[in-house]
Amino acid sequence: MSQDLSQAFDTIWADLAGGASMVGLAIVGVGLIVWDIFNSNDTRIPWVAAFALLGTAVLEMFRLNEADTTAFFELIRVGGVASFINVIILGSSLVSVVLSVPYLRQIRHAYGEVYALVLFATAGMLMLGTANNMVTVFVGLETMSIALYILTGLVRHDEGAVESALKYFLLGAFSTGFFLFGIALIYGSTGTMYFTDMAAGYAVGDFKALFWAGVGLFLVGFLFKVSAVPFHMWTPDVYQGAPTTLVGYMSTASKAAAFAALVLVLFHGIGLVTPEAGGGNLQLVLALSALVTVVLGNLMALAQKNVKRMLAYSSIAHAGYVLIGLAAGTSSAYAGALYYLLIYAIMNLGAFGVMALLEWDGREGRLQTLDSLSGLAHRHPLLGVLMGVFMFSLTGFPPFGGFFGKIAVFAPAVEAGLTWLAIVGVLASVLSAGYYLRVVYVFWMRPESEGDPAVRDTTFAVSRVSAGVLTVCAVLLLVIGFMPFVRNLTQSFFNSGVLVLLL
Amino acid sequence: MQMANLLSVVILLPLVGAGLALMAPSDRAVRWFALLVTTLTFVLSVPLWTEFDLSRAADLQFVSGGFALIADSLDVRYLVGIDGFSLLLVLLTTLLGPIVVLSSWRYITRRTKGYYALLLVLQTGMTGVFCAFDVLLFYVFFELTLIPMYFLIGIWGGEQRIYAAVKFVIYTMVGSLLMLVAIIYLGIEAGAALNNGVFTTDYFKLLEFDMAVSMQTWLFVLFAFAFAIKVPIFPFHTWLPDAHVQAPTGGSVILAGVLLKMGTYGLVRFCLPFFPNASIAHAELFAILAVIGIIYGALVSRAQPDAKKLVAYSSVSHLGFVVLGIFAFTLESLQGAMIQMVNHGISTGALFLLVGMLYERRHTRLMSDYGGIARSVPLLTFFMVLTALASAGLPGLNGFVGEFMILVGAFSSEVLDSPLLVALATTGVILAAVYLLWMLSRMFFGPLTEQANVKMKDLSVRELLVLIPMGLLMIILGLMPQPFLKVSEPAAERLLETIERKKAVAEGQSLPEHLLDEFRRDSPSGAGERSVEGAEIP
Repeated sequence: MSQDLSQAFDTIWADLAGGASMVGLAIVGVGLIVWDIFNSNDTRIPWVAAFALLGTAVLEMFRLNEADTTAFFELIRVGGVASFINVIILGSSLVSVVLSVPYLRQIRHAYGEVYALVLFATAGMLMLGTANNMVTVFVGLETMSIALYILTGLVRHDEGAVESALKYFLLGAFSTGFFLFGIALIYGSTGTMYFTDMAAGYAVGDFKALFWAGVGLFLVGFLFKVSAVPFHMWTPDVYQGAPTTLVGYMSTASKAAAFAALVLVLFHGIGLVTPEAGGGNLQLVLALSALVTVVLGNLMALAQKNVKRMLAYSSIAHAGYVLIGLAAGTSSAYAGALYYLLIYAIMNLGAFGVMALLEWDGREGRLQTLDSLSGLAHRHPLLGVLMGVFMFSLTGFPPFGGFFGKIAVFAPAVEAGLTWLAIVGVLASVLSAGYYLRVVYVFWMRPESEGDPAVRDTTFAVSRVSAGVLTVCAVLLLVIGFMPFVRNLTQSFFNSGVLVLLL
Repeated sequence: MQMANLLSVVILLPLVGAGLALMAPSDRAVRWFALLVTTLTFVLSVPLWTEFDLSRAADLQFVSGGFALIADSLDVRYLVGIDGFSLLLVLLTTLLGPIVVLSSWRYITRRTKGYYALLLVLQTGMTGVFCAFDVLLFYVFFELTLIPMYFLIGIWGGEQRIYAAVKFVIYTMVGSLLMLVAIIYLGIEAGAALNNGVFTTDYFKLLEFDMAVSMQTWLFVLFAFAFAIKVPIFPFHTWLPDAHVQAPTGGSVILAGVLLKMGTYGLVRFCLPFFPNASIAHAELFAILAVIGIIYGALVSRAQPDAKKLVAYSSVSHLGFVVLGIFAFTLESLQGAMIQMVNHGISTGALFLLVGMLYERRHTRLMSDYGGIARSVPLLTFFMVLTALASAGLPGLNGFVGEFMILVGAFSSEVLDSPLLVALATTGVILAAVYLLWMLSRMFFGPLTEQANVKMKDLSVRELLVLIPMGLLMIILGLMPQPFLKVSEPAAERLLETIERKKAVAEGQSLPEHLLDEFRRDSPSGAGERSVEGAEIP
C-alpha cells in the first residue's frame, strides 16, 4: 500500500512540470493572500499577479508545438491543444489584470485579494479547460465559479453588485446540480469518468438511455456556464452589475475554459459514441441551441441602451457562433471553435476594456446609457478608433479577426451539411451590425452636445498601460487573420485524432 | 517588361499611406500627402496600361502574390492580377484618386486627417476588388470598402447622413454575407470535386468546376443578390439616392465612379462564368429589371428638384444599361457594358464634381436657386454642358459608345430574343437627354435672377485641374474608343466561350449516356472519366 502511495507521489512529482501553470498560479495566489494580510492592498500585488500570468503564458506558448499528452493519472491534458487553451485563458487573465489596476483604483476597490482571487479562478479555468476526466471538470468549474461569485460582488456596499453576485451564485449553484447529476448518470451508464474511455464504456454498458439523459443534464450545466440560450438569463444582470474589467475577464476566460472543456469532451468522449437507433441526436440539440442563441442574443442586444448589457447579450450571441462550430462536429469544426474563442477573447476584452475607461456614473457603468457618450471619439480619438476596431471585428467585417473567426466556424458547418445554420448565423450577424455600428455611430457621428452633461465635465483618464494593452489587442485583430500559422496550429491539434462525426 | 509585384504596390500603397496620413502634423500637410500618395499610385498604375500585353488580354497579367492567406490547410491565397476586364477599372480607380483628393481640398474642413486616411483605405479596397483572383480575397476587399464609406457618409455627410450611412451598410451587408455562405459552399464543393478535398476559392479552379444546374441556381441567386444590391438593380436601389445625396462630394464621386462598378464587375467576373446555366436562365428577369431601372431611374430623375438627387437617380438608369449588356450574352453587349462602366464612372463622377462645386459656392443644391448662371460662371458651364451631353450619350462623346454597343448587342441577343425590351431600353437614352437638358436649361440658362448667383466665382485652377482630365477622357473615349475596346474584346470572347463550354457540360448531365460521352470529350474538364471508344455517336 505504502509502495503504491510512493509511486503515486513519484508520478505526481514527475508530472508537476506539465501542470506547472495551474499549480504555480494557485501557489502564487496563496502567497498573495498572505502578503495582503501583512501589507494590506499593497500596490505591487497586481503586478506580481500579472507577472505570474505572463510567465505561465510564455511557458505555455513554448509548449504549443508539443504533442498533447495527459498528466496526473490522465486527469488533465498538457501541451499542444491544452497549451493553446491555456494561452487563451492566461492571456485573457493577464489583459484583465492589467486593465483592472487603474480601473479598480478609480472605483476605489483596489483590494489585494482581487488579484489572488483572479489567480485562483484562472487556476480553476486551466483545470477545467484542459480536463480529461469528469471530476477534474467539476473541480475546475467550481474553483473558477466560486472565485468569480466573489469577484462579481466586489463592490459590496452597492445593492446592484450584490444582486448580481447573489443571482450568479444561486443560478450557478443550481446549474452545478444539473451538471453533477449528469456526470453521475454518465458514470452510471459507462462506468468511467475519463473522456477517453467513454465511448468504449457506452458500447458495453447496459443503460444506454441513461447515458443520453446524463449528457443532456451535463450539457445544461455547460450551456449555463457559456450563457447559451435558454440558460442565459443571468448574463445581462451579472455583467451589468459587476466591475467592468472583471466582466471582460468572466466573459472571455471563463467562457473559453468552459467551451474548451466541451470541445475536449466532445472530441475525445461523447462525440465518439455511436448512438443506438432512437438514441440521442446530439448534433440537432447543439444546432438548435446555436440557432436560438445567435438569434435571441442578437435580437435582445439590439434593444439595449446600456453598453454593458448590450455587450452581455452580444457575448451570448458569440457563444452561439461557437456552438455552430461545435454542432458541425468535425475536426476542422473543433479547430475552428478554438480559433474563434481566441479571437473572441481579444475583441471582447478590448470592448470591455474601452468601456471600463469610459465610466462616469460611479456605479460601474450600470446607469450610463450609450447615448450619454455621444461624440466622445472626438475628445478621445484613440479610444474611438480602438472601439471602432473592436466593434467592426465583433460584427465580423474583414479584414478584422472576427471575420476570419466566423469563417472558421461557418465553413465546417456548411461542410457538415448545416448550411441552414450558417445562413441563420450570417443573417444574425446583420442584426448585430445594428447595435455594434450604433456604438461607432454614437462615438463618432453624434455631436457632443447630445451626450450627458456629466460626460462633458468628466476627464476620462487613460493610463499608458491601458492604452498600450488595448492597442495591442486592436493590432492583433488587424493582423491575426493574415497569420496562417494560428489556423495551422489549431488544425494540427485535431488532425492526429480520428475524424469524428456526430450523429 | 511587366514588373513583378507592381500591381501589389498599386493596391497596397494607399493603405500604407493611410497609416502615415494619421501621423501628419497639420491639415495642410495631410492634404498634400494624400495628393502625393494618390498621384504616385496613379503614376505607378500607368505601366499597367502601357505594358499590358494585348495579345494575351484574356489571360491574367501582372500576377502577384500566391501565398496562403488563412491557413495552409485551405486553398485561399493572396493572388492579384489583371486581365482585359480589370485593366480599365483599375485605371479608373487610380485616376479618380487624386481627383477626389483635389475636389475635397476646400470642402472638407473638419477632421481632415481622418477623411483623407479613409479615402486612402477606400482606394486600396476598390483597387483590390478589381484585381483579386481569389474569391475570398475579393470578398475581403469588397467588404473593406464598406467601413470607410460608412464613416465618409456618416461624419462628413449632409443632414440625413446617419440614416443614409446605416442604410448603405446594412443593405450591402445582407447581400454580401449571404454571398459569403455561397462562397464557402462553393469552396467546399469545388474542393471536394477537383482539389483533393481541400477547400478552395482559387478563381481558376472554381472556373473549372462544373456544377449541376440546381446547385448553380441557388448559388447564382446568392451571388447575384449581393451584386444586385451593390449595382444597384431595381428594386434594390433605394439605398443609393440616400447615400449619394448625403455623402460629401468626394464620397459621391467614388460611389458613382467606382463602388457601383464593383457590383456589375462581380456579375461579369463571377456570376456569368461560374453559373452559366443559371445566368442564362435568369437573363430575361435581369434584363427586365434592368429596363425597369433604366426607365424608372430616368423618370424619377426628371422629377427631382435637387440637382444631386437627379444625378443620383441617373446612375440607376445608366447602370441599367450595363446590366442589360451583361445579360444579353453577346460580344458587343459585353464589351459595351465594360466600356459603359468606365464611361459612367467618368461622366457621372464629373457631374457629381460639378454639382459639388456649385454647392461649395452657394450652399444649395436646389435647381430653383440657380438660373442663368452661364453668364457668371462660363467655364463651369462649359464643363457641365460637355459632361451632360456625354452622359446623355451624344455621339462623339464617351457615353454614346457604350450605350450604342449595348443596345446593338442586345438587339441581336439570342438569349434575350426580345426586341421590344431593347426598344424600351432605347427610350432611356431619350429620357436621359430630357432630364439632363432640362437641368441645364433650369440652372445655367435663362434669366440670371438671384443676386448671389451674379457674383459667383468661376472655376479656380484647382478645379480646372480636376475637370480637365475628365473632360479630355470624355472626348478621347468618344472619338477613339478602339484602343479601349480592344482591351476587353479577348476577355469577353473568352468569357462567352467558357459559358458555352460549361453550359454544354452541365446540360450534358441530364442527357442520355451516349451524348454525355460526346460532351465530356469536347470539354477539357471532366474528360478522362469515361472511355470514348464505347460511345456510339448518332
